[in-house]
Amino acid sequence: MDEITSLMHGFVVVLTPYNLGLMMVGIILGVLIGVLPGLGGANGVAILLPLTFSMNPTSAIIMLSCIYWGALFGGAITSILFNIPGEPWSVATTFDGYPMAQQGRAGEALTAAFTSSFVGALVAVLMITFTAPLVAKFALKFGPPEYFAVYLLTFCSFVGMSKGSPFKTITAMMLGFALASVGLDTVTGQLRMTFGFTEMLKGFDFLIAVIGLFGIGEILLTIEEGLAFKGAEAKIKMRVVIDTWKKLPKYWKTSIRSSLIGCWMGITPGGATPASFMGYGVAKSMSPNGANFGKGEMEGVIAPETAAHAAGTAALLPMLTLGIPGSPTAAVLLGGLLIWGLQPGPLLFTEQKDFVWGLIASMYLGNIAGLIVVLTTVPFFAAILRIPFSIVAPVILVICAIGAYTVHGSMFDVWLMVIFGVVGYIFKKLDYPLAPLVLALVLGDRAEDAFRQSMLMSQGTMSIFFANGLVATITSLALVMLFWVPLNAGFAKLRGK
Amino acid sequence: METPEEKSAASVKTVDAVTAVVIFLLGALVIWDSWRLGAKWGSDGPEAGYFPFYIGLILCISSVVNFIAALREKSGDSFVSRSSMKMIMSVMIPTIIYVALIGGVGPVSGVGIYMASAIFIALFMKWLGKYAWGMTLGVSISVPVVFFVLFEIWFKVPLPKGPLEAALGLN
Repeated sequence: MDEITSLMHGFVVVLTPYNLGLMMVGIILGVLIGVLPGLGGANGVAILLPLTFSMNPTSAIIMLSCIYWGALFGGAITSILFNIPGEPWSVATTFDGYPMAQQGRAGEALTAAFTSSFVGALVAVLMITFTAPLVAKFALKFGPPEYFAVYLLTFCSFVGMSKGSPFKTITAMMLGFALASVGLDTVTGQLRMTFGFTEMLKGFDFLIAVIGLFGIGEILLTIEEGLAFKGAEAKIKMRVVIDTWKKLPKYWKTSIRSSLIGCWMGITPGGATPASFMGYGVAKSMSPNGANFGKGEMEGVIAPETAAHAAGTAALLPMLTLGIPGSPTAAVLLGGLLIWGLQPGPLLFTEQKDFVWGLIASMYLGNIAGLIVVLTTVPFFAAILRIPFSIVAPVILVICAIGAYTVHGSMFDVWLMVIFGVVGYIFKKLDYPLAPLVLALVLGDRAEDAFRQSMLMSQGTMSIFFANGLVATITSLALVMLFWVPLNAGFAKLRGK
Repeated sequence: METPEEKSAASVKTVDAVTAVVIFLLGALVIWDSWRLGAKWGSDGPEAGYFPFYIGLILCISSVVNFIAALREKSGDSFVSRSSMKMIMSVMIPTIIYVALIGGVGPVSGVGIYMASAIFIALFMKWLGKYAWGMTLGVSISVPVVFFVLFEIWFKVPLPKGPLEAALGLN
């Protein structure tokens, strides 16, 4: 029971007034970010990241990860009350959440959503507590070929699980890799794709890309829809909370199913958004009340919220143990680790015990705090949503500009952010997925290093990716994921005959 | 009947095809630059362009597939209607002016982020929101002041400042 001792140690690290204070600040900021259009988990954390450069890493990650939990909670508020998903992962929550609110059951829907988010997160944190140390220990044996194979698996999973055209996923991903390779090549010292511009020397920072793609792009999309917030009444009475809690245990099967879906989708880089849809779909087909889904069934709120929160939390497992983020927000947190001077990966568990276990302990406390905060402050956040968009939009754009500037203190980055914003808008409308682009931009250099080192080991032959059982298994899995769509269609055809 | 306001400014097909072409050209640029650096096996291992070369190659191939898919698209859906395009431009143009105001363009120096933000928010509220002057000035002045306190004083993160801050001795 090493994990329990380590976890208790983690709680000791977290339970200082300073860290608890940061946790509350993080949660409230996170809910705010989740509620406002144009600010989400990924770009919200990206904008606030530069403010934490001077903090100690443990306090910084506690605050930033709490922003993430807050954003996960916050997305549900707008979905249920306004039928506007504040975050992509809360789209599925609108299906039954908004009908419930229209029937005057907003309090019930919100309580169900928040509580299931909490349950989903709790399951995922428990999973992280007990499996992360094992994964880290296992990953210590990894060499460059194994790492490259894991990167390959990560990126191939995106292709296999993409909902739209797999070629658009590949395009977005390769664009990310191409952007990542711009600048000084650390191995040879040569300049790549800078074309004589000094601004390009340091390459493209993914934080700028995240702020532009998700922030500015989202604002443009929101404006196009011509937003007018017409919301349901938002008050949660204690009695409604208790009554809803009494009903919730009835849906334990849905909760367990959704938690498992969420954990799986979070570890593999499916992320919270597909997890929420999958959770909803599975619940709809397996529940006896499936026919009522979409008309205001509480189970239809529980299923996607549990899955989304479980996935969002589980995405931190590969980030901590392998240094491979399972979602764009996890990618931004990973970027934070590098900036604070921590090397993500299995060694983190042996060399930075305070940091890792402090973070895991803060996940427990952060989600409890989050649940309490959202249950008590919903009217306040709903009021913020009633502020007209012509005030909110310029303020958010100002925040994005400040966020982009503070990353390196460079105006060039602010211009880049605007360009990324336009790209984000066009890509969203053309169904190019943004998550693989961001992940490729973050992992590009490290994937390339792993590839180069592997090639050096093998003197340029690809057979090194099949050299031993472990690496061969991961590589084969990656190839299966890459060709998942045609393979699946082939199987379906065979079965049909 | 379509009203002129709902008329499409561009079809999905066109934008999709143009995007694919632009990405193809970017891919070609990556290949060209990687080739210039050396995309082969050097005396001491892979050269600098080795990895990006293949990235560029896949980028080109996949954008060709996207281009063909775009051409075969028959729906004729609108990418953006004229009225939406107007809305987007009414946000994009002030945003571009805003960024130019912060840091300046070429030899013209900027007014700093706080002043630019105040002008930007005021412009936005007055033009798009049609607010009264009192409300507009209240919001557009208080937001930058809050940010000033937050960044310059509390977090000690310096942001670009201009002549106003210099005149007030806040630099």
